[in-house]
Amino acid sequence: MNLNDNKLSTEAEINASLRVSVLALLGGAAVWLVVGLALGIVASLTFHKPDMFASCSLLTYGRVAPAANDALLYGFCMPAGLGVILWIFARLGQTPLALPIVPVVAANLWHLGVFLGLAGILIGETSGHTWLEFSRAASVLLFAAFLLIAVTAAATFGARRDRELQPAHWFLFAALLWFPWIYSTANLLLATNSPVRGVVQPIIGWWFTNNLIFVWLALVGVGTAFYLLPKISTRPLATTGYALFSFLTLVFFGAWCGIPAGAPVPAWLPTLSGLAGGLLLVPLVAIAIIVIQTVRGAKVAYSGGPFCFTKIGMIFFIISGLMYVSLACPKYSRVLEFTWFSPAQVQLQLLGFFAMIMFGAIYELLPRVMNAPLPFPKFAKLHFFLALAGVALFVIPLAIAGVEQGIKLHDANLAFADVNAAAVLFFRISTTGQLILLLGALLFALNIFVMTIQWKIALLKTALAAIKAPLPVSEVKA
Amino acid sequence: MKTGIGVFIAAAFALGSSWCGLVLAPSLQLGSAKLATVLNSTDTYPVQRNGDATLGLQIYRANGCAACHTEQVRQEGVSCEVSLTSLGKNKPEDFKPFAQSLLTLPEWLDHTKELSAAFKDWTGILPQVVLAKTDKESADKMADLLKAAGCKSETRIYAFGSDLSRGWGNRRSVAADFLYDNPVQLGSLRAGPDLANIGVRMADANVQLQHLYAPGAVAKNSVMPAFRYLFEVRKQVDGATSPEALTLPKEFAPAAGYEVVPKAEAKQLVAYLLSLRANVPLYEAPFTPVISAKP
Ligand code: HEC
Repeated sequence: MNLNDNKLSTEAEINASLRVSVLALLGGAAVWLVVGLALGIVASLTFHKPDMFASCSLLTYGRVAPAANDALLYGFCMPAGLGVILWIFARLGQTPLALPIVPVVAANLWHLGVFLGLAGILIGETSGHTWLEFSRAASVLLFAAFLLIAVTAAATFGARRDRELQPAHWFLFAALLWFPWIYSTANLLLATNSPVRGVVQPIIGWWFTNNLIFVWLALVGVGTAFYLLPKISTRPLATTGYALFSFLTLVFFGAWCGIPAGAPVPAWLPTLSGLAGGLLLVPLVAIAIIVIQTVRGAKVAYSGGPFCFTKIGMIFFIISGLMYVSLACPKYSRVLEFTWFSPAQVQLQLLGFFAMIMFGAIYELLPRVMNAPLPFPKFAKLHFFLALAGVALFVIPLAIAGVEQGIKLHDANLAFADVNAAAVLFFRISTTGQLILLLGALLFALNIFVMTIQWKIALLKTALAAIKAPLPVSEVKA
Repeated sequence: MKTGIGVFIAAAFALGSSWCGLVLAPSLQLGSAKLATVLNSTDTYPVQRNGDATLGLQIYRANGCAACHTEQVRQEGVSCEVSLTSLGKNKPEDFKPFAQSLLTLPEWLDHTKELSAAFKDWTGILPQVVLAKTDKESADKMADLLKAAGCKSETRIYAFGSDLSRGWGNRRSVAADFLYDNPVQLGSLRAGPDLANIGVRMADANVQLQHLYAPGAVAKNSVMPAFRYLFEVRKQVDGATSPEALTLPKEFAPAAGYEVVPKAEAKQLVAYLLSLRANVPLYEAPFTPVISAKP
């Protein structure tokens, strides 16, 4: 392979090819992150002042809460993940993005889909299935957009100049294939005119939710971390063999989780699912070992930089995974089921694990792809500490409230109203966490937007210069 | 590259297996599920909802009630209880020694405390629980013994668990309960009570309507959001309240000369809530319905 002689020019080429696509995906993601967190706060207000939105159907809890979750997952996590996947595929393959215009179209379709979906939820047009609330039109847009991006990623992968496969490839490639599979299955079987009947609906819903929130996010997040950690610490991943083991066990055990132990379904389903949940400890331990071995002793001077985001994201992944295992274990799930503990786990998965990894990757890739420094590097640093404090203050009180609620619900002598009243204090604290998260997200969005505007201004200037200049256009560009 | 294909196939197999196991297999097993039969009866279950209640399920969906409410009751187990209903020719004085004599038998050792407690202060009032919290086998044995002694007894099966003690139902929820729901909204969070049997528990449509308009009017300090947009506040016609108008406590009542009437959505929603009655015994979730109060 004679890579080295054209490597320098390729680097700039790769970055330039990614610029528009990545900005289209990430810019929208930043907006949805802010929207999602803001909607989450609106939802929480219900527990502070229950009849706040009594006359406003748009903002009633039962609509805002799922809208907030969907905005975070479909609005922020997924397009951010897709943008990062494109970047990693181009970088690992040492090749410019194939079909660079396709992801731009896809990003716009995607964000339009999210907008329609969210608006639909707020006016009551939802499917009624958790994490599949989006209306049919919105789901079709998301699906089409995802396929377009997956095709681009696959084409970029196929055109790679560095033929070597990296661990990140397995994780990210699996994610690109798995989402269309689960999303089409769930939508076709649940959200069409003749859906499956009875409890088959929730069974498929649980399978989908598990495979999206746990497996898909884990594939993309861990895959990205397995790319970033060695890259930033300039040490090899420890080791490729472990990574392969953790990948296979994660997809094998992870995909079977999700059916709650007490579900009103044939008993073999929760039994199998619980077994898989216990075995999930295997990939979790393997991933923890890989991360520790890779970053231990690495000297990276930049507190609050991408490295910190990635590391803390992986720590949260392990914690969230352990919480998930405890929810799958019949002994604990008896207590934790139906409480605030599982929303706490989901939020940790979305905001603690996945979002942190994405922030790390985005702060790492943005200056390179844009070929310009971050406009406010201090904000990025501050964002790290806000995100950390926000996640802790949001998730820990919810988890504690969940455990307490679970224990008290099992004591039939305690009135339900008293069980609820006990959770209020924890709720107040968790809302503070949401506010801090929102502040951090605003700083993040600010960096992206100022960067985009600076870039557009620069483009405009070049164009103007080209028009004014007496020379032929091509020479100015060169 | 070779390992790449191997990894790819292994991953596709792993992911695909979950699709077969958790999507395909349940669809085949349950997709053709038919009506269940009510235990000790020829009635089928569940009953199709009427038109309003079917529309109400959609109001429930559109307003995201399932974000705070589950519709699935859990139980910890099933027990039997044997009660003495008639002494036949025996006298209460004769029965006491008989019960005492049982205590010495090895198979009743586990129940010594209960048996002696049950008949300590017994004055002959019937029915009297002889054996509680026991398995089917012991219950049948006891029933046989009593029969042999010339007495009559009744064996009751009941489910227990904290959900049931809260009065949320008589048995756990089972797959059959959801046959006619679309979408099936089991819910996953109990910010509010379970609603699987709310039609039994809160059978008064007017109370339901009041609760939706102003939860605080029915449950003190309720944190359930009010759904006032499902109601209309309008001027009274000729100063008279219409029969539909809600009767509300002072603090929630509209201004003088106005009244609160439910919109069609609110009525449909309440029809749906009243249709939530998962209270018949089924083969997979048996219990003996009681007419008299529980012990
Ligand atoms: C923010 C969470 C929340 C939402 C959303 C919500 N509820 Fe509730 N619900 C509660 C709480 C808390 C209680 C217990 C206090 C009370 O009875 O008001 C409750 C109680 C109830 C009860 C009485 C249960 C009993 O055992 O007394 C009914 C019926 C009910 N809700 C129906 C609904 C319907 C219908 C909707 C949707 C239109 C809904 N709820 C939406 C939180 C919620």
